[in-house]
Amino acid sequence: MNSQIAAFLTIDGVATGAIYVLIALGFVLIFAVTRVIFVPFGDIVAFTALTLAALETKHMPGTVGLVAALAVVATLMEIFTLLRAKDPGRIPRALLFYLILPLAPAAVVWLTAGASIPLPLRIVLALALIMPISPLLDRVVFRPIADGSVLLLLTVAVALHFALVGLGLLFFGPEGVRTESLTDYQLILGSIPISGQSILIVAAAIVFSGLLFLFFEFTITGKSLHATAVNRTGARLMGIRPERAGTVAYLLGSLLAGVSGVLISPVNTIFYDSGFIIGLKAFVGAIFGGLVSFPMTALGSLLVGVLESFAAFQSSSFKEVIVFSVLIPVLLWRSYTFVDSEEDIDE
Amino acid sequence: MNPRTVRLVTVAVVLLIAVAPLYLAPFSISLMNYIGVYALVALGLVLLTGVGGMVSFGQSAFMGIAAYATAWMSAIEGLSPWLGLVLALVLTGGVAAILGAVTLRLKGHFLSLSTIAWGLAIYFMFGNIPGLGNYSGITAIPPISIGSMALETSKEIYYLIWAILLGAMLLSYNLLNSRMGRAMRALRGGNAMVESLGINAFYVRLVTFVISALLAAFAGWLYAHMNRFVSPTPFDVTMGIEFLMMAMVGGSGYLLGAIVGSALITLLKNSVQDYLPLIAPSAAGQLEIVVFSALFIIFLQYAREGIVPFVAHFLPEPKRQPPEETEPLPQRVQPEPGLMLLTAEACTQRFGGLVAVNDVSFELKSGEILGLIGPNGAGKSTMFNLLTGALPVTAGKIRFSGADITRTAQRNIARAGIARTFQHVKLRPRMSLLDNVLLGTYTRTKAGFLAGAFRLDRHEENEARYEALRQLERVGLGDKPYELAGNLPLGNQRVLEIARALAADPVLLVLDEPAAGLRRQEKLALAALLRSLKKEGLTILIVEHDMEFVMNLVDRIFVMEFGSKLCEGEPAVIRADQRVQEAYLGGVA
Repeated sequence: MNSQIAAFLTIDGVATGAIYVLIALGFVLIFAVTRVIFVPFGDIVAFTALTLAALETKHMPGTVGLVAALAVVATLMEIFTLLRAKDPGRIPRALLFYLILPLAPAAVVWLTAGASIPLPLRIVLALALIMPISPLLDRVVFRPIADGSVLLLLTVAVALHFALVGLGLLFFGPEGVRTESLTDYQLILGSIPISGQSILIVAAAIVFSGLLFLFFEFTITGKSLHATAVNRTGARLMGIRPERAGTVAYLLGSLLAGVSGVLISPVNTIFYDSGFIIGLKAFVGAIFGGLVSFPMTALGSLLVGVLESFAAFQSSSFKEVIVFSVLIPVLLWRSYTFVDSEEDIDE
Repeated sequence: MNPRTVRLVTVAVVLLIAVAPLYLAPFSISLMNYIGVYALVALGLVLLTGVGGMVSFGQSAFMGIAAYATAWMSAIEGLSPWLGLVLALVLTGGVAAILGAVTLRLKGHFLSLSTIAWGLAIYFMFGNIPGLGNYSGITAIPPISIGSMALETSKEIYYLIWAILLGAMLLSYNLLNSRMGRAMRALRGGNAMVESLGINAFYVRLVTFVISALLAAFAGWLYAHMNRFVSPTPFDVTMGIEFLMMAMVGGSGYLLGAIVGSALITLLKNSVQDYLPLIAPSAAGQLEIVVFSALFIIFLQYAREGIVPFVAHFLPEPKRQPPEETEPLPQRVQPEPGLMLLTAEACTQRFGGLVAVNDVSFELKSGEILGLIGPNGAGKSTMFNLLTGALPVTAGKIRFSGADITRTAQRNIARAGIARTFQHVKLRPRMSLLDNVLLGTYTRTKAGFLAGAFRLDRHEENEARYEALRQLERVGLGDKPYELAGNLPLGNQRVLEIARALAADPVLLVLDEPAAGLRRQEKLALAALLRSLKKEGLTILIVEHDMEFVMNLVDRIFVMEFGSKLCEGEPAVIRADQRVQEAYLGGVA
């Protein structure tokens, strides 16, 4: 390996890593606020890519059906809960948030099916379609067990991932997709070509990390999310609803996942089940930050990207083995450097 | 339900399993075989997750290592499947020991996530090693032979599978009711409690992890020779989740949960495969995993405990006899009264910028009762944690019976003869009073994992049980030894902790607010108990806020305020001390 190959691999790795940064930040955001390790997060990335591809080929994206099904289930659950709590006055509000708002983008896509839509609008539509999925899943799956241990939530999240992969095959079919590239620009630095796509990915990672920082630093919603992350009971005493904070976290997280899905689909062929591995690699990055620190998470995700790039060069078939094996020393390092109060495992 | 009924039911079930193949169709027998094989893996998960509190998604990888090991040995090298079993056990056990040594110090969900990571890594390895047939696997694996009889049909291997499963169940049952089994059940109580009992938590975790991997290895060995073919797919993390599902649906805290869960999931999966094509002919395969995952999620939302405890709820309580009288466990000789037992020299403890204990020195002579008092936040409990090794001292020196214990591990301090109770009670609420106190005898007994599993520990176990009952009676909780600790009122839970500490036969008893939550009569009884302990030569260090209780009990008092020593002396002197009064009541303006 000469220095030119090394430089090329590094640039390639940084671009891959930048995608992981976006996903990993979403992981940390959702975990901090809801204590859920949202394993299906990678599936959201894959579903965005598949949605975008369907819009590109003027097909009806499977997402429409998925969102509709989830919205109906969530609405029914919410109405049932409200009726049991003898609070029917809040039903119209529930209908708005659980049925009408999530279905609005789906309706737009359904009505404009077959029309040719310019690329920027397709991206916006794909993101709007994807964003309600995680908050709806939160309502249907996680809210009934919000008091459970992290381990219970994790087990449920893993099961949910498998359900989503099955649904993904059902709604999107087994074909892989690759969307048209966002830019043809190419930068030659010295003798190394850098694709415009890579630059776009890194730029997006920087912009969205920056926005996330500003959101937490300067908005009251951001502060309330932070408060919920630090102490749920304390936040509740201050009048913050942990459920609402959770929904905001899921929405923001989905946006990050959606953006990374849009960015990755011109570079990699995405199948209905590609999400898990992508998500898991981002997760290795998130572990660097102990699922707490945003800057360390970003750094860790970049490292994973670079490592993957070099591992793929050395031995492409053992790429995954190498990347996942790295998780273990990282976890070990975290568990030694990270002193937290002992949590008794509940029964 | 008396023990005879239980025995009768057990014999009936075993007979039923034995004659089942005579009446079942071949397809049903092969279904039973899968249930048995999967139940072995689920049994490992019951021990690991339900009992030990470690959630693993990677058991399928262990099963895979064993299956590949025996497939390589028998199909590629042409050697006996029994040699394959040896290789499978050695290899799986070895890999588990290494992985465990590296990952078992991780906390809660980090540990579980690492199991996904190495589970995936091992799966990808199976698919990428050319010598093992890559993703297409190894075919033509010979059947297992016993003597000259080859177990080729599903009916023939049925007996081997279920014999191994029932054997494993029996050994696990014995183990859980032995010294090491109790240590395993204590793991969920957190390291602070486990180590304070003299138990090496990491070692117990590691052995539990290896045991569960070995059970998966037996399953993998049987699986390879039952199907006569292995490929990476059945050992994917997906299958690891399914095993976890089995254990949790059956009831992950219960051995029977493994079989119930495995049977339910396997049958359900089978019928889902039968009926889904009727509902959705084109998408049956896809829907299967969706239906399955959805059912699992709904199950966890409504019945986290599993089926076995749900059913057991309706069955009559088993009747159990209190432990019988036998020879007592050997007791240690208490040191002569008046010798220097414990000295703390200039101990300091900092948490970041906060100095919780600042340059505190004191001495404790054998046979005396020393009271440690001070307002809230004075650093009393931190001082206790330093003395018992639960926290490392930032600076200073602690000596106990002449030995320097400043840097000694908590469990070794416990072994040296310091037993403690906690300000926030640390008991196992789902274990009986007797089992909780039995945990205290850990340092006085020796039986290991094997002795427990094969019941070679009965003599020592009976002595320990009798000792535990004696300590329970002594603190006034002897009438219901099989009551669950979680059902006691808080005050009595504190007293139960004292019984557990006494069962360790300590030299020094360290009590953190033992009288909190007790009624007046109970306090008097506790004071009388502590006095009688002193008469037997025990040394006692006690933190307590009830001044009447302290003043009438202790020989000397040591007062702390804001992390530093305020003064020390006899109760009457302390009561009259101006500074103490100010510390408690505020200055007289």
